[in-house]
Amino acid sequence: MSAVAETTQQTPIAINLSWCKACGICYALCPVKVLGPDELGKVTVIQANKCTHCKICENHCPDYAISVVGGKKS
Amino acid sequence: MFAEIEQYFRTERLPHIWCPGCTNGIIVKSIVEAIQKAGLDQDKTVIVSGIGCSSRATGYLNFNTLHTTHGRALAFATGVKLANPELNVFVITGDGDCTSIGGNHFIHSARRNMDLNVILFNNNIYGMTGGQYSPMSPSGAKATTAPYGNIERPFDICNLAIASGATYVARGNSFNTRQLTDIIYNGIANKGFSFVEAIASCPVYYGRKNKLGNAADMLKWQRDNCITKEAADRLPPEKKQGKIVTGILHHEPAPEYTTEYQKIIDKFQGGEES
Ligand SMILES: Cc1ncc(C[n+]2csc(CCOP(=O)(O)OP(=O)(O)O)c2C)c(N)n1
Ligand code: SF4
Ligand code: SF4
Ligand code: SF4
Repeated sequence: MSAVAETTQQTPIAINLSWCKACGICYALCPVKVLGPDELGKVTVIQANKCTHCKICENHCPDYAISVVGGKKS
Repeated sequence: MFAEIEQYFRTERLPHIWCPGCTNGIIVKSIVEAIQKAGLDQDKTVIVSGIGCSSRATGYLNFNTLHTTHGRALAFATGVKLANPELNVFVITGDGDCTSIGGNHFIHSARRNMDLNVILFNNNIYGMTGGQYSPMSPSGAKATTAPYGNIERPFDICNLAIASGATYVARGNSFNTRQLTDIIYNGIANKGFSFVEAIASCPVYYGRKNKLGNAADMLKWQRDNCITKEAADRLPPEKKQGKIVTGILHHEPAPEYTTEYQKIIDKFQGGEES
């Protein structure tokens, strides 16, 4: 299986939930609260349209569970 | 995008074993990005590690990897490089692995100036064995073996590396990933012993024992308590007190060990009169 995440529909943020360990780093660091916790504390996209493609979430996810598609290159 | 660096991982082994919020994974990504940026051939690159949580990194990396014994990664790496100097050799080690049991290997490797790239994951504690203090635990820090606070003083490992003769010494952290990738990349370019201290967070032992909050809080701590060398150089001493200085701290090229060794070989095998 490819390690690349199944892209969540119509969002620029591809999440591989099976690698997410619910550490909370991405949604604590996202400057515009695009991300938040689901009921298990794993990441979920709550308002995709606010995403600035800053990649702070991708760069700080210790588990490589987030890929921000498009936007400027990191 | 993880897809851009996927080739450097043994993805079938992921997710890795590290605890939620442990920043080892962030540092590993910077290492891989630096290798990619330097254009190193995966088949000519060897990554050696010792024992510890951080040293488990080799298991996930798609290079020639050696997971060795506690404190001895540098000794194995020295053998690999000397046997085959054309290989690019990296060492991944923890603060316990490198500065406690491996301390003597460390100073002599630095002194010898063999072309090795060493990345020390400094989480200020022995993670793997349950949170004992290390020679890099700050004074006053709590650990399983220092329940009332550490009464020892920590090594400034970058200063020790410089004093021991390392030709490239830099420090980064797992918050400023761009800087971390850059300093590892610049270390690859140095032909000699290149040392990078990467500040890591261990939320499970160091964080919990010292009430440093959750994984995100520990990353924010790194962001707020590190300053770059460029900024530090412009600040008066009182303004940088307690701050950790990051960036390239030292770069002074010197003759490299395997090159010098080759000269001896050439001299005696090249038909020259001795
Ligand atoms: C010869 C030997 N002594 C002791 C140990 C037990 N041991 C395993 S890992 C470790 C320390 C790990 O700390 P560090 O190097 O800082 O790595 P971390 O787990 O924090 O990443 C120790 C003492 C061992 N495996 N081998
Ligand atoms: S940073 Fe990564 S592992 Fe942590 S909650 Fe976000 S996606 Fe999950
Ligand atoms: S790319 Fe930036 S804005 Fe978009 S989700 Fe990640 S952290 Fe938030
Ligand atoms: S014990 Fe600490 S260093 Fe080891 S994996 Fe867990 S958080 Fe990381």
